[in-house]
Amino acid sequence: MPTPFEELQTRAARRWEELTSGESAWIRVGGGTSGQAVGADKVFEALKTSVELVGVNANVSMVSAMGLMYLEPQVDVLMPNGARVFYGNVKPEDVQAIVEQHVKNGAPITDRAFAYSGGDGSGVGDLPELGSLPMVELQQRIATRNFGDTDPHDLLQYIANGGYTALNRAITEMTPEQIVDEVKASGLRGRGGAAFPAGLKWSFLAPSTAPVKYVLCNCEEGDPGAFNDKGIIENDPHTLVEGLIINGYATRSSHGYIFIRTGHELPIESARKAIAAAYEAGLLGKNILGTDFSFEMEVSLTGDSYVAGEETALMEAIEGKRSTPRFKPPFPAAAGLWQKPTNINNVKTLAYVPEIIRNGSDWFKSIGTETTSGTAIVCLSGHITYPGMYEVPMGMTIRDVLEKVGGGVSEGERIKVLQAGGPLNGLLGEDAFDTLIDFDAMSAAGASIGSGGIIVGNETTNVVDLLRTLIAFNQFESCGKCFPCRLGNTHMLEILDRMCQNKAKSADLALLERIGTSMKAGSLCGHGQLGFNPIASALKYFAEEIKSCLAGEIAPVGVFGDGTMILPTRTRP
Amino acid sequence: MTTAETEQSLKLREQIRQILNAQGQPTVTVLSSLIAVQDSIHYLPDEAIKETATFCGSTINEVWSVASFYTNFRFTPPGEKTLDVCWGPSCHLVGAQEILNSVHLALDIAEEGESPDGKVTLKYNTCLGACAQGPVIAIDHHLIGKQTPESAAKIARELRGQSG
Repeated sequence: MPTPFEELQTRAARRWEELTSGESAWIRVGGGTSGQAVGADKVFEALKTSVELVGVNANVSMVSAMGLMYLEPQVDVLMPNGARVFYGNVKPEDVQAIVEQHVKNGAPITDRAFAYSGGDGSGVGDLPELGSLPMVELQQRIATRNFGDTDPHDLLQYIANGGYTALNRAITEMTPEQIVDEVKASGLRGRGGAAFPAGLKWSFLAPSTAPVKYVLCNCEEGDPGAFNDKGIIENDPHTLVEGLIINGYATRSSHGYIFIRTGHELPIESARKAIAAAYEAGLLGKNILGTDFSFEMEVSLTGDSYVAGEETALMEAIEGKRSTPRFKPPFPAAAGLWQKPTNINNVKTLAYVPEIIRNGSDWFKSIGTETTSGTAIVCLSGHITYPGMYEVPMGMTIRDVLEKVGGGVSEGERIKVLQAGGPLNGLLGEDAFDTLIDFDAMSAAGASIGSGGIIVGNETTNVVDLLRTLIAFNQFESCGKCFPCRLGNTHMLEILDRMCQNKAKSADLALLERIGTSMKAGSLCGHGQLGFNPIASALKYFAEEIKSCLAGEIAPVGVFGDGTMILPTRTRP
Repeated sequence: MTTAETEQSLKLREQIRQILNAQGQPTVTVLSSLIAVQDSIHYLPDEAIKETATFCGSTINEVWSVASFYTNFRFTPPGEKTLDVCWGPSCHLVGAQEILNSVHLALDIAEEGESPDGKVTLKYNTCLGACAQGPVIAIDHHLIGKQTPESAAKIARELRGQSG
C-alpha cells in the first residue's frame, strides 16, 4: 500500500505531466508584486481572453516570477513536445500576436522573444538558450529553484518538482537530532543579517521538553531595496512552509508562525493559501503524513514598524503589543513568545532547509566559500541595467554581480556608490567592488549582505543626500524605546539636512561621530547599535566628498534646488 | 452628543464587534483586531479602540498604545482612494522626490494627508517592495512601477476625478 506521501506524489506527477507533456500548450505569466507593478495581471487577463477568442488549446497560468524583473511582464509559451520560448516586457496589446502566431500556428515570434529552453536540441531561430544568458548562467538557484516554473498556489506543482520529499524523509527516517546535526554540518548561517549558524541556534531550542514551543519565520522585511523574503513567500511559499515544518520537527516544537507586514497583499495571500493547502494534504496539523508528529502553523500580521523585524520586538508584535525590543537575557530559546521556548529564523534561511535535507549537508557546503556556504539572494535596484532578484553562489565578487549579472550602470557613466544590506548597513565605494559576497568579507569592507538588497547609485549620486535618506528612514522607524536611538537619529538627520543645504557647521562631523558612539553604546537593538553604520562607511569611502560638503563646496541637490527634502513629519509617540 | 450621533456610534460599535468576532486566525490579539478593523472600515474610530479593549480584555490605554505605535493606523476616515508614494533610498535614487512634489501639486497639498476635495489620501511609504520597478507608487495597495513625475501626477488627478 502506498504511503500518504506516495499518494500525493502520484497525484502531483500526473498534474505536472498534464501541464508539460499533454495535448495543450502551457502559457505562463510571471507574477509577483514586481510583475504586477508593471501590469502582469493585465497581461494575464488579456492572454486568457485571447486564448478563448482565437480558440486554441492552452492552459494559461500566473506562475512565480523568474527574478529577471527588467523583463517584466514576462510570458513564456511551452508547446506540446516543443521548446519553451520566453517573451519579455509584454504588453496586453502584444498577446494576440503571441497566441495567434506562436500558439495557434506554432511559429514563435523570435524577434520579440529573448530566450528559449528545452525542446529537441535544434534551438529556436537565433534565440539564445535561457541558461546561457549571463544573469541566468551565473546563478545557482536553491531557495529560488522553482522561480518562473510553478504556480505558487498549486501544492501539487511544488511536490512534482521534488517538494516535501525532505519533510517526508525527515519525519519518517530521521530523528530531530540528526536534522539539527545535518543543518549544523551544512554550515548554513542565518540570512536575516546576523549570520548566526542556523543549526547551532536550533540546538538551543531542541533539548527543552516544554509542551508548547514556537518556531517563527521572520518576513517583516521593511528594508528598502530588499524584496527577496517577500519574493520567496509570494513565488514559492511551500519551500518556506516545508522549511518551517522541518524546523518545527527538528526542535520538537508545536507551533509555527510566519510573520508578515500588513498591506503586502500578495505574500500574505500566498502564505495563507500555502498553509491551507498543506493542512488539507495532511502536511500540517495532527499526525503529519501518518506519523506521530503534529505541528500547527499560521500567518501573523504586524502593523507598519521596521523594528518589528528585530527578533524580540517581533515576539511583542505577535503577542499584539508595540513592537519594541526586549532586554536579553532571557534569550528566546529559554523564554520567547508568550514566555515559551522559541526559535526564530529569516525566510531565506528556512527556504534552504528542504534542499539541504534532500541533497545532504556536503552538497550545500560545497557551494559558496569556506566560511559562508550556500548562496546569496541578491536584489538589484537603482541605476542598474538589469534590476531583479538573483541567487548567486557566495564568493562571487560584488563587481561580477554588478557587471555580469546586473549588466552595469543603467544611466550615467559608472557606478559610484552601493547601499548594501539595508539602511542600517554601509555604503560602499568603487574601492570595495572586488570584495567577495560572503558574510565575513562584506563585514570587513564595512557593509553587510544583510537583507541581500544592493541599491546602485551612479556618478551623479550625492552621497550626503543618500545618507540623509537612509538616516531619515532610520529616524522615522526608530521605535522610540531607547533615547539614544530615538534622539540620535533625529539629531543626525538635522545635521545631514544642514549639510545638504550648505549650512553645515565646522563641528558637525565631530558631533555626528559623538552621536554615533552614544547610539551604539546606549541602544537595546541593532536599530540604534548599527544606526551610525551608513555614516561610518561613507566616511571610509567618500571622505573627500563629505569634507567638500561640510565646506559648502557642493551645490545643493533636491527637487527645490535648495537642498531640502520632502519627508514625513510623523514620529512615534 | 445628539441622539443621531449616539445612534450612529452604536451602529458603528455593532459593526466593529462583528469584525472583531469574524477574525479567522487562531491567534487573536489587540494588534490583529486593530488590523482587522482598519482593513474593513479603513480607519480606527474611538469606537474601535473601546470595542477592541472590551473584546481583548484589555484597557483603552493599552489598545491606544498599540494603535498609536504602528504607522499604518489612522484615526480619521481616509479619502476615497489612498495613494502611497515610496520615498525609500532605492526609489530616491531614481526620482522619488520629484514624484512626491508633482503629486503634491496634483493634489493641492504640501504634505501627507487628504486632498482638499477629500477624494485622495496621500501617504509617504518607506518601501513598497518592488524596488526593481522604481519609482513605485500604489493605489489602495495595488503597486504601479516605473513612474515619472508626469505619470504620477496624471494618476493623482484621475483619482480626484479630473482628466489626466
